[in-house]
Amino acid sequence: MTVINSYLRPFALEHALEELAAGSLRIAAGCTDLFPSTEHKQLQGSILDITRIKSLRGISDTDDGIRIGATTTWTDLIKADLPPACRGLQLAAQKVGALQIQNRGTIAGNLCNASPAADGVPPLLTLDAKVELQSKGGTRVVPLHDFIIGPRKTVLAETELITALLIPKSSLTGHSHFLKLGARAYLVISIAMTSARLVVRNGVVVEAALAIGSCGPVATRVPQVEAQMIGKAVDPVVITDDLVATAIDPIADMRANAAYRAISAAELLRRTVLELAMDLEAAT
Amino acid sequence: MTSITLNIAHQTHIVKTHMARRLSEVLRDDLKLKSVKIGCDAGDCGACTVLIDGAQHCACLVPAGQADGRKIETLETSEPQLFARLQDSFLDHGAAQCGICTPGMMMAATELLRAVPSPDQAQVKEALAGVLCRCTGYHKIIAAVMDANSQTTVCPPPKAGHAVGQPIRRLDGQAKVNGTEVFGADFIPDGTLLVRAIRAQHYHADFEFGDLLAWIKMHAGVECVITAADIAGINCYGVIPPFADQPALAEKTTRYRGEPVALVVGDPKALEALGLDDFPISWTPRPHSLTQADGAGPDATLLHDHRQENTLIRGNVVSGAPDSAMVEAAHVVTGQFETSYVEHAYIEPEAGVAWMEADVLCIQACTQAPVMDLEDTAKVLGLPLNKVRIIPSAAGGGFGAKLDVTLQPLLGLAVLKTGMPCSMVFSRSESMQASTKRHPGSMQASIGADAAGKVMAMTFHGDFNTGAYASWGPTVATRVPVHASGPYLTPNYRATSRAVHTNGPTSGAFRGFGVPQAAITQESLYDDLAQKCGIDRLEFRRINALRDGDVTPCGQTLQAVGIIDCLDALKPHWDEFHAEVTAFNTTSLAHKRGIGIASCWYGCGNTGLPNPSTVRFGITPDGQFNLHQGATDIGQGSNTVIAQIAADALGVQVGMINLVGPDTAITPDCGKTSASRQTFITGRAAEASGLALRAAILRLTNLTHADEITLEGGMLCVRQDQNDQKISLKDLPADANGYVLCAEETYDPPTTTLDENGQGTPYAVYGYGAQIAEVEVDMALGTTKVLRMIAAHDVGRAINPQLAEGQIEGGIAQGLGLALMEEYLPGETENLHNYLIPTIGDMPHITSILIEIPDTEGPMGAKGLGEHVLIPTAPAILNGIHHATGARVTKVPALPHRLLAAIKASQT
Ligand SMILES: Cc1cc2nc3c(=O)[nH]c(=O)nc-3n(C[C@H](O)[C@H](O)[C@H](O)COP(=O)(O)OP(=O)(O)OC[C@H]3O[C@@H](n4cnc5c(N)ncnc54)[C@H](O)[C@@H]3O)c2cc1C
Ligand code: FES
Ligand code: FES
Repeated sequence: MTVINSYLRPFALEHALEELAAGSLRIAAGCTDLFPSTEHKQLQGSILDITRIKSLRGISDTDDGIRIGATTTWTDLIKADLPPACRGLQLAAQKVGALQIQNRGTIAGNLCNASPAADGVPPLLTLDAKVELQSKGGTRVVPLHDFIIGPRKTVLAETELITALLIPKSSLTGHSHFLKLGARAYLVISIAMTSARLVVRNGVVVEAALAIGSCGPVATRVPQVEAQMIGKAVDPVVITDDLVATAIDPIADMRANAAYRAISAAELLRRTVLELAMDLEAAT
Repeated sequence: MTSITLNIAHQTHIVKTHMARRLSEVLRDDLKLKSVKIGCDAGDCGACTVLIDGAQHCACLVPAGQADGRKIETLETSEPQLFARLQDSFLDHGAAQCGICTPGMMMAATELLRAVPSPDQAQVKEALAGVLCRCTGYHKIIAAVMDANSQTTVCPPPKAGHAVGQPIRRLDGQAKVNGTEVFGADFIPDGTLLVRAIRAQHYHADFEFGDLLAWIKMHAGVECVITAADIAGINCYGVIPPFADQPALAEKTTRYRGEPVALVVGDPKALEALGLDDFPISWTPRPHSLTQADGAGPDATLLHDHRQENTLIRGNVVSGAPDSAMVEAAHVVTGQFETSYVEHAYIEPEAGVAWMEADVLCIQACTQAPVMDLEDTAKVLGLPLNKVRIIPSAAGGGFGAKLDVTLQPLLGLAVLKTGMPCSMVFSRSESMQASTKRHPGSMQASIGADAAGKVMAMTFHGDFNTGAYASWGPTVATRVPVHASGPYLTPNYRATSRAVHTNGPTSGAFRGFGVPQAAITQESLYDDLAQKCGIDRLEFRRINALRDGDVTPCGQTLQAVGIIDCLDALKPHWDEFHAEVTAFNTTSLAHKRGIGIASCWYGCGNTGLPNPSTVRFGITPDGQFNLHQGATDIGQGSNTVIAQIAADALGVQVGMINLVGPDTAITPDCGKTSASRQTFITGRAAEASGLALRAAILRLTNLTHADEITLEGGMLCVRQDQNDQKISLKDLPADANGYVLCAEETYDPPTTTLDENGQGTPYAVYGYGAQIAEVEVDMALGTTKVLRMIAAHDVGRAINPQLAEGQIEGGIAQGLGLALMEEYLPGETENLHNYLIPTIGDMPHITSILIEIPDTEGPMGAKGLGEHVLIPTAPAILNGIHHATGARVTKVPALPHRLLAAIKASQT
């Protein structure tokens, strides 16, 4: 039997939240993950298209930091004027697919899809991003590292949607960088990617936020490595293969085996920090 | 259903559609904007790229609801002036081969050119990065976009008799650049039913149907289900009739993942929406093997009862005394190499439509071998040959996989059962599951040389995974031993091969029929051997290269051998690269550069078997010069090259020629587009028919020769020394085909079958080539970037240098993929997201050098080229990696983790 599936595209957030409360709907944003998951010529199920809700798109400064609307696209992020702490996020955006994907794919979609290889996650982890979730019942804010709980798994409830990502002011300090490793130049799923944000004062690292993606079920910060950097000059040598290996749990797949992922993640992280050191030098 | 409003070319279109439908479907189906191509429905290929409010989007990822109220631009509907310039530039540069990626490329380029009228190379790469091209290697596309807004000087068309050798535009190019080309999925008349296949999702399984009738009743819009029980003919086809073993629809057992077991036919909209998960079928999985080692192993289940040890066929070529010569050799190298399944990944998935015209079944679909399609389809359907007509649509790439019938018999079954026109369009994953692949090979070889570096002996064995069915397995098994020596004199030789059945996808024809795999083995070992002999690697190859009068391992004496010339052409670049690389490596630790070289030879046409082409060339009473050009042009350019040859043979301007395509009802058989045979064999037939037509014209005029043949107001004018003779065409009697003057000539190359030791004359013409690659390896990550390639190819005569260059660049792209990234794993990489082919950013700088050592057998001296170009690329890259790192990669693709492991191993 063909089921008549609805397609809702409200202008108002309240309206969307009401619809979500009423029944099981699939949220659609850029559809760059939704459409590839079906071979049909039409999105399956009843759809709640949130792209007409203006308040969900765009980046704004708030008293507490920066607010990135859920449907902000990669292109929006690339074009935005953001502090150096967000450069890693912008570099990640430039590495997503190619222009067609960047023009459509949204930051919240990337998180909800919860692929271990989601390029947005490591830089957002280094920014201590929080996920703002709204339902008809209210709003809750969940740290990003608690939001994604496994491959393709998040704590998003059926009646909720992400309205924004919040980056606290305290994490908008310092500089950041991002590197991605894949088997071809464009349109490539990461074998590994690393992001780093460092705050350096008087030549000494006072804050280090390092994250690795695609090397475990979810992207992760590496506190063991971060701890090694604090109180020293920026020096990638403290990022040893062994130390990184203890912090991640890589898988083997068609793109690479687990041993390679561990080694390459460490190398990539060192290079990310090295690039960052050069950025910092250029900035002073 | 609701309506959306689209703003297209300053007009408002209100379209009734479901909001969740892909915009690509709305544009193609409702608005008939067929330039929007569908290659994947997943954002991976970019063929569907359109502009929405001026920015590029994959239309397949846009729900119609999100396009509502927005400005949409497609190739047909965008800014005419910019498009005219872009189209001209694409034609001038030869940037469209098959043309399936062209609309998407142009849309992406349009966004860029509006912002940056004269972009640089990096800007073009960024802007076009989301569109894949499998044919061109991207270079000509980049050049076309960079030059779109610059003034071009238009070359005058070549004079009569002087088309050969000129880089003229493709004669079939206009439709490719303006979006009107009709590919397999582009012509589906209203009222056509849709056919969908039910396919095995197990590697090997028995199956039983449940209650099909009940299922049909439950699903509105489904007309019928077709199973093997509906097949009236012989449910067993195959490209090589003695080995035919493949059912159109499986009976009781499926042997590979993706094998079709039933067809569902019905109303397109209703059937498209069905999940088909509830189709009544039960599966009992059977043990399976996926690798050649497992397939040939003692525990393997036989796929075909009569093929012991799962062995389809063995091949061998033996000459001299290889074993004793090897013992006597001063230096011997031995190695084992492995290659993976490689997917053709043409951007156009298989598609077509079929209908009845009186009592003739007409099938219009993309193909490389219309007459073979006809024969196999008629056999399966139980129809006489004259009741099936194959009308090839434009093919959006083929590279070998569109030689085998794919959907033709299935469409035929559906039309015969329903009496209605039926269409079938494979999804990307269906295409990847069901189509043939390059044979994975496990090869070992030893090569011995004397103290002076002369090769004395070579032994080679390759096991090739031929998958579930025979397809072109026998061809690979015979071609490999013939070619495994490379273009080098090898007096003592034994090469053997075996094609092994497994439950992997069927391996078939893919540019080179196993020779690229064998070349990886031989050319890698040549590097090692050169090193052992202490001789420069290019010089070592030069010492051993075949020369005129040399005898091949098959015992054939060669003439017009161009390999030395290719190597010599590379020599200055080789020296220059070496100096540069040495300088680079003294200062760089993290990245190391290296130079690699490899050669190829490749026989054009079938191996020791007849493969004629017939070309008809006729003049109508109203003065049309119709060239029945039966060589399907899958982008490689036969429509242009064959016409250039025919025009020069006849002595008219090539622009006067009207091409009649490879429709089996109106054009004689030119065989299949494979084995690099079309320029040579169909070219010879075209040359002969051009000459015969010229002779017929001269006979009518009583002239001995003609300086010029032209057409003036229905009169054929023949000029000799200022003396004009006119023939009134409409006064001549027309033949059965409607021609007042006509020639039809056949050419079949002089070859002999090979004896039990592989001795004989397998081919009449060989082409030669050599390439050098400069690579840069990231020593800590194991990633490789190919920086530059120089390719020297002896084409005998470059009929159209621009098309030849396009073949080289495209071949290098595929060779690079084979070397570095392409590995098809059934069940895992059945889409273009996980199966990686080179993007615009992966291509090296390429310099092509065309060498012309004419072959007396080839038309105007020409040799084949299409497959040769890919053969040296992978080994040249692997040799470059070895030179850079000291690590020898023995399994391709050299994915970063494999290369890093090899680097670590070489350092201990
Ligand atoms: C060719 C191609 C290349 C790609 N390359 C990359 C790459 O390099 N790196 C990478 O990380 N990703 C890549 N992707 C994946 C994809 O583009 C990103 O994950 C993208 O950011 C997803 O966003 P979207 O808006 O398109 O998501 P959608 O497809 O619209 O949605 C994805 C999921 O998120 C849910 N969702 C979306 N928005 C919300 C919300 N606000 N609240 C709650 N749920 C929501 C949807 O219900 C759905 O489950 C690629 C995709 C394609 C097709
Ligand atoms: S069809 Fe849309 S990207 Fe391939
Ligand atoms: S010309 Fe680009 S895919 Fe064929």
